[in-house]
Amino acid sequence: MELTELTAAELGRRIRDGRIGVREAVQAQLDVIEARDSRYGCYITVRREEALARADEVQKGIREGRYSSPLAGVPIAVKDNICMRGVRTTCASRMLENFRPPYNAAVIEKLEEAGTVILGKTNMDEFAMGSTTETSFFGAVRNPWDVSRVPGGSSGGSAAAVAAGEAFAALGSDTGGSIRQPSAFCGVTGIKPTYGTVSRYGLIAYASSLDQIGPIARNVEDCAALLEIIAGEDRRDSTSVPGLDHRYRSALSGGVRGMKIGIPKGYFSEGLDEEIKNAVRKAAGELCAQGAEAEEFELEAADYAVPAYYVIASAEASSNLSRYDGVRYGFRAQGCRGLQELCRRTRSEGFGQEVKRRILIGAFVLSSDCYEAYYGKAMKVRTVIRQSFERAFRRYDIVLAPAVPGPAPKLGESLGDPLRMYLGDIYTAAVNLAGLPAISLPCGMDRNGLPIGLQLIGRPFGERELFRAAHSYELARGGCFRPPAGPR
Amino acid sequence: MKNYETVIGLEVHAELATKSKIFCGCTTQFGGPPNTQCCPVCTGMPGTLPVLNRRVVEFAAAAGLATGCGITRRCRFDRKNYFYPDLPKAYQISQLYLPICRNGSIEIETDAGKKSVGIHEIHIEEDAGKLVHDPLEDCTFIDYNRCGVPLIEIVSEPDMRSAGEAVAYLEKLRLILQYLGVSDCRMQEGSLRADINLSVREAGQAELGTRTEMKNLNSFRAIARAVEGERRRQIEVLESGGRIVQETRRWDDGRNMSFSMRSKEEAQDYRYFPEPDLPPVEIGEEWLDEIRKRQPELRDAKMLRYEREYGIPAYDAAILTGSKRLADIFEETSALCGNPKEVSNWLMVETLRLLREEEQEPEELTLEPAKLASLIGLIEEGTVNRTTAKEVFEKIFREQVDPVIYVRENGLAMVRDDGLLRETVRRVIEDNPQSAADFLSGKEKALGFLVGRAMKELRGRGDPGRVGALLKEALKQRPGSP
Repeated sequence: MELTELTAAELGRRIRDGRIGVREAVQAQLDVIEARDSRYGCYITVRREEALARADEVQKGIREGRYSSPLAGVPIAVKDNICMRGVRTTCASRMLENFRPPYNAAVIEKLEEAGTVILGKTNMDEFAMGSTTETSFFGAVRNPWDVSRVPGGSSGGSAAAVAAGEAFAALGSDTGGSIRQPSAFCGVTGIKPTYGTVSRYGLIAYASSLDQIGPIARNVEDCAALLEIIAGEDRRDSTSVPGLDHRYRSALSGGVRGMKIGIPKGYFSEGLDEEIKNAVRKAAGELCAQGAEAEEFELEAADYAVPAYYVIASAEASSNLSRYDGVRYGFRAQGCRGLQELCRRTRSEGFGQEVKRRILIGAFVLSSDCYEAYYGKAMKVRTVIRQSFERAFRRYDIVLAPAVPGPAPKLGESLGDPLRMYLGDIYTAAVNLAGLPAISLPCGMDRNGLPIGLQLIGRPFGERELFRAAHSYELARGGCFRPPAGPR
Repeated sequence: MKNYETVIGLEVHAELATKSKIFCGCTTQFGGPPNTQCCPVCTGMPGTLPVLNRRVVEFAAAAGLATGCGITRRCRFDRKNYFYPDLPKAYQISQLYLPICRNGSIEIETDAGKKSVGIHEIHIEEDAGKLVHDPLEDCTFIDYNRCGVPLIEIVSEPDMRSAGEAVAYLEKLRLILQYLGVSDCRMQEGSLRADINLSVREAGQAELGTRTEMKNLNSFRAIARAVEGERRRQIEVLESGGRIVQETRRWDDGRNMSFSMRSKEEAQDYRYFPEPDLPPVEIGEEWLDEIRKRQPELRDAKMLRYEREYGIPAYDAAILTGSKRLADIFEETSALCGNPKEVSNWLMVETLRLLREEEQEPEELTLEPAKLASLIGLIEEGTVNRTTAKEVFEKIFREQVDPVIYVRENGLAMVRDDGLLRETVRRVIEDNPQSAADFLSGKEKALGFLVGRAMKELRGRGDPGRVGALLKEALKQRPGSP
């Protein structure tokens, strides 16, 4: 097996054992990126020299006992909406094409403290708005399983990098499914933690009440190890939650005997691809074979999740993205006369179509005449959805669902029909509205040789239980999901 | 002309006197060089998040308690969205739906008598930066130092009926905030700003007329003038058959008139919505109790106590407590010297006189209580007389001299050495034989002249009574006296 096909945890073990040097690992990873990324377009920025220099520093630190985390020395990729001091952080937008933040995101600090090596910044949908990574100003990412298809989005670069062997693990962000959906399309494992588990400080906001950073990796253990590093209270993020148990790796074993699994009936009706339906049901069967008990139930208001999500996310986005006016940083339109023109043209030229569409939707739903009919109503739906999950978790420990309704679309298929694209979030958006943790992991292949994603949803801050269920399933499923080797 | 009634409500912004800003650790100090007191948080760099300064909540709640407001136990922040380069996030974090304080009132007193003015609400918000236009280079600079300085906005009910009432309300409010220590309330530095909402209606009418909002009022005088000016303008419009347009106007105090800034139709839609980056603020009973316990004695209570405890006349007590600084100096000095009446005299007479001369406000006083107390000590022990003491006081006021050292170094202490006094008296009698003779022949007035002479010789350092007695004694012992 090639070095770059190891799991992050295995690489970490070998680095600690001294069987692999950090520089060797980083160099191998950079070589793969060099060889493959022109094909997939996973990265916006690769920190070649810096990563190698950092490798030597980390190696020294490991020898001196300064870095003892299980992922010390492991190269990690980071989505390009996470600020890193002095490193271009673009949000895949022309607006921030040359923006270098003067500060680190909380998760960057934590990754550095843990001794990981940050390889570079991954491609994404512009400002995390999109489900295909086609809205990136820097060009689309391609799915390593089939380059004619999208990797999903918005964390498409992170998911594709992990799938293509261009990163051992990566950070993504998930606002309505942006970790889980590309993880499903790319055959990797990704978890969106409970809102408040990971500090958002330094994550360039799309929709503040929904955004959460999370890991994307080759398996459940790697996700647990990476989440253990980045989770934790941060006084700079008032929505981060103190006093949680972040020992996720130790929660993996133990199995699912007696665990109660709820399956939302409505999720398996019309609109769901037949092969996905079967694969997900089969996964439920595997868990039951392990001793879990599964049962169907009605998840109320689930149908309203997508519209409520797009109203709330767009409203917050319209406000969060108002600061990009060409005055202080980022793109500035040239030759403007006066303030109004500067602001208008900077925003017209600096943002792409999808971002502008959501800003307009957001400004509209917040306008005083429409507020109650749209934003107010969406907030009520949000409460109803949260309550229906609360009811479900009184009876079940885990809710099991598909991650996405269909296979990864072909490039160019989605953007022309945004409403259809939005409906692709049908199984993921409700989780963000309710603030719950959810993991997506591969559960089979379809007739076209594309991976299928299983989604497990947990109680608020029930990550340990969620990891246990996911790990249990992973063991039962067996095998390992890797795209066919070599250039395709 | 019909009889019109003026209806006034005030929106007052007060900058809170916290050391650090509302959502980050930057200093709130006034007057730093441009853009030296800001960080990625207060300038709204991508990825940054606000963290609420708890002192801001405490200050706002203190203002609410002092004005009889109910405190919202679970208050929330909202975003007010608008584009302007002095607002780096393009939204101001404010409170629309659940302000921290509601439904209070304060009592004012004018020539028309006592009256209660309702407080609709007090909410917390952040200040914006400042645009500085450079006419030479024809460009605009932005100073972000003020971004994120905490403010409270105190919205009154439309309960005032005259310029006098508006000014009385604002003065009362300013005193309350100053006494609480929650704001400096310096209008010239912009730490207290007031907007006037004003409408007129025919006397006796129940419905309110259309109102305008007046901005850019930088002094109490400007407020009084703006109320008068706007009242006159609205009445003129109505009398000539016109209609009042709901709009925002800008007061130009130099020209004593106002100009329309924007009408209601042009008003912005601020697209308010709950601030997702800040959880609701829970103000529990325990926290509120802590704030309550820290509430200082306010002006009205202090005034009554001065009368009762120190026997200070009501008028003087009103003046002493009319400025927090003056009252603080009064109390500290009294505690040091144990003679509140004497302290009151020095503050009421000399201090106010010098303030007038210097055109200063009592709040600007730098007078140190320890120095005034030791001056009073010098008088009480007879080291200086009153005339000298006034001279020394001016030095304390203007140059912050230490009275003990100043008196010693300038030889101002009274001469209590009888030998020296007798010698001086002898010389004065010798130099003024005519006056001496006059006195001896029964002209009592001549003694005054001789005392004056002797005091001059002593450069004012003698006790005039003692000098007079010694003079008499010396004159009577002279050969040839009866």
